[in-house]
Amino acid sequence: MSEFTYLFRNGAPTSSPASPEQMQQTMNKWMAWFKELSAKGHLKEMGHPLEPSGKIVTGKTVNDGPFAEAKDLVGGFSIIQAKDLAEAAEIAKGCPILDVGGSVEVRPSRKMNM
Amino acid sequence: MEVTDHLFRREAGRMVAVLTRVFGMHNIALAEDAVQDAFLRAVEVWKFRGMPENPSAWLMAAAKNRALDILRRQRTAKTFAPELGRLLESEWTLAPVVEELFAPQAIKDDLLRMMFSCCHPRVPEEAQVALMLQILCGFGVGEIASAFVSTRSATEKRITRAKKVLAASKKLFDVTASAEFSARLPAVQRALYLLFNEGYHGASPETAVRTDLCREAMRLNAILLENPLGRVPTTYALAALMCLNAARLPSRVDAAGNLSSLFDQDRTQWDQQLIVEGQALLDLSFTGTELTEYHLEAAIASVHARARHSEDTNWVDIVSLYDRLLELRPTPIIALNRAIAVAQQAGPEKGLSEINSIGGRERLATYPFYFAALGELELRCGRDEIALQHFAAALKVARNPMERRFLAQRAKACSTLHDTTRPRA
Repeated sequence: MSEFTYLFRNGAPTSSPASPEQMQQTMNKWMAWFKELSAKGHLKEMGHPLEPSGKIVTGKTVNDGPFAEAKDLVGGFSIIQAKDLAEAAEIAKGCPILDVGGSVEVRPSRKMNM
Repeated sequence: MEVTDHLFRREAGRMVAVLTRVFGMHNIALAEDAVQDAFLRAVEVWKFRGMPENPSAWLMAAAKNRALDILRRQRTAKTFAPELGRLLESEWTLAPVVEELFAPQAIKDDLLRMMFSCCHPRVPEEAQVALMLQILCGFGVGEIASAFVSTRSATEKRITRAKKVLAASKKLFDVTASAEFSARLPAVQRALYLLFNEGYHGASPETAVRTDLCREAMRLNAILLENPLGRVPTTYALAALMCLNAARLPSRVDAAGNLSSLFDQDRTQWDQQLIVEGQALLDLSFTGTELTEYHLEAAIASVHARARHSEDTNWVDIVSLYDRLLELRPTPIIALNRAIAVAQQAGPEKGLSEINSIGGRERLATYPFYFAALGELELRCGRDEIALQHFAAALKVARNPMERRFLAQRAKACSTLHDTTRPRA
């Protein structure tokens, strides 16, 4: 088993806002998805949602940021266990963020071996 | 754990109502945006962290924090609720005032206030209902459009126009001013009645959607009944009408998903608890001097509810209740329903002649159950060919697949009866 980080991006906001009922359904889908990952032993760490703004530290200066476009912002991350990159990507296909035009970036953790 | 029972939708109304009280009616769009933000936040956090112990309280707290945020950031640029004026401007009073506004009793009043605001005299009735659905019941524009079998853009336009009227009002509706309250109460009752009817008789093919509309109307009417000024005989009559009709909802569609007429329904499926509750409400509605159409419609539903079998129905009572209803609201639909009752009491020929003498009956030409009624009565008179023509006409104006299936099956009954010696129903 290898470790992978999922970086979730929400994608471009839709033209018409989701209704409360739709948002509730989206959330239920996420909860069900995480539950399934966990049941199958793929969820190493659930991770966190991230606030859209913070600070960027470069050298000795601290600036507000990030100022990426909303669709490019990382909105959260999770740590996943899978056989290989192909399986990790396959699992990501079930992520509810894809239904609303978002994306999952799948990044293998680098191993210690040389 | 899955979040069920339309939590977001239900909380949306409470949150928008209280935020509008804080921001002022002219900032209703800001209130709606803040609620949207609170939901987005809930989705982001809950999906990782799971549901909080008290999700309603969590959402309300998120709305309150958004409100404080917005008030602090924009208080110099914007005017908020004029009634609260300076209290929101100073950091000394801001937090305690907002805290008070988010107290449970205050929120209840806000819901009531919003209900009355939606029924502004310059907003057309249909738009009032759409507004209530959106603001108080948390329905999205798309969901309202599909409930009314209308297009999204038409619904959006109607709601936007209505909201402009609300936003132009200088002050919030005062639910403690008894004269204003009583003056607008009939409009609120009417909107709730229309909302319920859209669920009960509406064109949406989704049974679940229509049940939701009925339930929302009952929920809002219950809020009205909690208020001393709203707790009047007519509101009780409206509540009775809703309970007694809603009691029949479970049997309106049979196990196979087909529409079932009042005569064929499995009455053991009627909700006895709602019937008992409805009868008690009906008694309370007759404590005043007023006799409204809600009283009469509730009384008709009560006669049906008391009949264990369709043959036990007291049609004499029903016809005389329809007679009085027709005096109050002389519409072709009510006249049609009266004629159907007459047919039950005095036979199909009498029923047909009643239908044929309905004034303005050309207005029923788009109503499938007008032709269906003609078809049923002709069928009972043994004129299968004519009956078949009526069912064909009904099919042409059917509003959804369920109605089409029902009418097609009735049309088939004509030819079956024609071809065989099966006894007539």
